[in-house]
Amino acid sequence: MSAATAPRVAVVVFPGSNCDEDAARAARNVLQADVKMVRHDERALGDPDLVILPGGFAYGDYLRSGAMARFSPVMESVAAFAGQGGAVLGICNGFQILCEAGLLPGAMLRNEGLRFVCRDVFLRVESKRTPFTLAINKGDVLRMPVAHGEGNWTAERRVYEEMLARDQIVFRYVRSDGSRGEGGNPNGSLDDVAGICNVRGNVVGLMPHPERACDELLGGTDGARLFKSFATTRMAMQGA
Amino acid sequence: MTVFVKVMLKPGVLDPQGKAIADALHRLGYGSVSDVRAGKLFRVEVDTDDPKAAKEAGEQMAGKLLANPVIEDYEVLLEAAGAPTGAAR
Repeated sequence: MSAATAPRVAVVVFPGSNCDEDAARAARNVLQADVKMVRHDERALGDPDLVILPGGFAYGDYLRSGAMARFSPVMESVAAFAGQGGAVLGICNGFQILCEAGLLPGAMLRNEGLRFVCRDVFLRVESKRTPFTLAINKGDVLRMPVAHGEGNWTAERRVYEEMLARDQIVFRYVRSDGSRGEGGNPNGSLDDVAGICNVRGNVVGLMPHPERACDELLGGTDGARLFKSFATTRMAMQGA
Repeated sequence: MTVFVKVMLKPGVLDPQGKAIADALHRLGYGSVSDVRAGKLFRVEVDTDDPKAAKEAGEQMAGKLLANPVIEDYEVLLEAAGAPTGAAR
């Protein structure tokens, strides 16, 4: 479907978001998307194909990362959109918000080393069942940056086992050769989990920043593969 | 009334902050410290004189916002004579 319309992408802007413009830029450059910036106090998402909750420090990360953002008016619309099967991507702080909102399982703890970690990491694609990984091979290793102090994802054992059974682990931290082990995981997350999805697979959250790895000038384009995968998935669905 | 909501990480949930504080205490010479867990304490003023209503409000606020039940436990305490009742010394 070469005549496909440009996707509409809503980027939510919370007070304290600071990766919103990067996300919008990635959506424009990689997806040729029609991007709408949606404020935290708005409710109209503008009938998007994709909602991105960007990185940053929404509401100053007061109380817990994502805890206040969860109660923004816009999150009611995001939850309704997700409930209808709409594609939602939470990046870093966006992932924290999705967990706090209960749209994704688990919660974030302070990084194991107590330090804010800002460096490139390697991610292994563990599941192809989301729109963002459908066009990527399972086992592929992607390089992109992390920048967070509270990305130590955890979940109750029973919840985690259900997630494993339902193929909800989307990305794991690995070393450059794709193996798990010392040096791969930057924050101590449970079982090296870097990104997960909901049961349906339409809501995805990850701590690393794909939108910061969409341009060779910025050191790599592996992040663009998530957005390209979304475009491929959307076209396939439109063609069906 | 004044309601105190005490929020602590659940037992078994790794507390890197508490561990760092314990390490610092050891360095200060408090060798008898065997464990430290860091938590949060909220003092909430509620416009009511009914202890039951105040406690109920505190429970709801803790469940909805002040604590994340995935990783944290909470305890709601009412202030009596200037100190939270039941607060551990």
